[in-house]
Amino acid sequence: MAAVTCRGILKEIRIAKGSDYRNTLVYKYVLEQFKRNQVTGAQFCRARMEALHAARTYLCLLTSTRLHLRLHERYHGRGERAPEEVAGLVGLRLPTQPGGKGWET
Amino acid sequence: MYRKGTDLKIAVKGQLMQKRYHRQFGQVIWPFAFPQAQHVPSLSTHLQQAKYGSATTERKKFYENVSISQGEGGLFEINLDKRKLKTPGGKLFTVPNEALAIAVATEWDVQKDTLKFYTMHLTTLCNTALDNPTQRTKEQMISAALKFLETDTICYRVEEPPALVELQRNEWDPVMNWIEQRYNVIIGSSASIMGPQIPEETKETFCQHLNSYNVWSLTGLEYVITQLKSLILSFGLIDRHLSVEQAVLLSRLEEEYQIQRWGNVEWVHDYDMYELRARTAAGAMFVHLSSESTAVKKKILQD
Repeated sequence: MAAVTCRGILKEIRIAKGSDYRNTLVYKYVLEQFKRNQVTGAQFCRARMEALHAARTYLCLLTSTRLHLRLHERYHGRGERAPEEVAGLVGLRLPTQPGGKGWET
Repeated sequence: MYRKGTDLKIAVKGQLMQKRYHRQFGQVIWPFAFPQAQHVPSLSTHLQQAKYGSATTERKKFYENVSISQGEGGLFEINLDKRKLKTPGGKLFTVPNEALAIAVATEWDVQKDTLKFYTMHLTTLCNTALDNPTQRTKEQMISAALKFLETDTICYRVEEPPALVELQRNEWDPVMNWIEQRYNVIIGSSASIMGPQIPEETKETFCQHLNSYNVWSLTGLEYVITQLKSLILSFGLIDRHLSVEQAVLLSRLEEEYQIQRWGNVEWVHDYDMYELRARTAAGAMFVHLSSESTAVKKKILQD
């Protein structure tokens, strides 16, 4: 269970960072935390359970921010159309005023 | 104590220096001109708005490397290239422990090209805790949380359709039993529009429990409660009885039921679910990291 979580977090870091993910602070910190908690022998050690819960929470954070951003880019990323485009959708054109509009400097 | 703009002709890259704020150099003291451990006075608010952007303009990524450093009082700071990170209110961004600092640094590190602040949940939470823009006191936060208990999601049951009634009973009752046993309180659920009657002893017990958290943890807890729309589920998550995915599922139980019945719409349901998971996970992490007190024992290396 712990190994799955650890692998998951490291995979997320690799996806987020790219090539030099091994040099990041977070990679080293996560590995150190997992190694440190391996040392405790007891299976149901409370600190170990707490650390595992924290690790799973962080994995959830990384995964869901990435997927949320991906969905946002895919569906809500495009923004609004310019007024010229909107007019063009129904076949109209915006009027041009050669002297510029009165309130523009 | 001023420094003239001309004294600070240091070649610094980044949009922050370039365009509109040259005339403000004279009134501002730049952070990198000081040694690391000093607390520098705040920059003017215009610059903070420039750093964090506004609703219409986006900030480009103006740094290459993110690192952390330990300053005065054992508090950790974030460095973007050579500059120290500040909150939108202008204060120096400090966190009490290393894990939170690394997590925030990672949030800044994984940004590409433009800065998307809506993905940086931990940074936002730290900024709120540091700036406290609405001047909330601990008592206000505790009473707001207790007030939420009266409209807690878990307590409100439907009477039809029967499948949903049973789903609520099977999923929410165990959590209700757990919290009633763990805190030795009575809450109860109700199907009426008025909701359950929460006895005073219950509120007293929770009030005492909430008092044991510090202000930072309470900020995070308030955030989690607002996201999950339930105090009971938040306690379940913070006490590590539930995982984030479980808590989010229980919070969205009726939506999940409708999704199973009528189908899933990715750009609404999944979008909301991932956003809720991200925010709740950030809040939970924030609470755990703010309330732990790990003593750092420095071992003397024998070289």
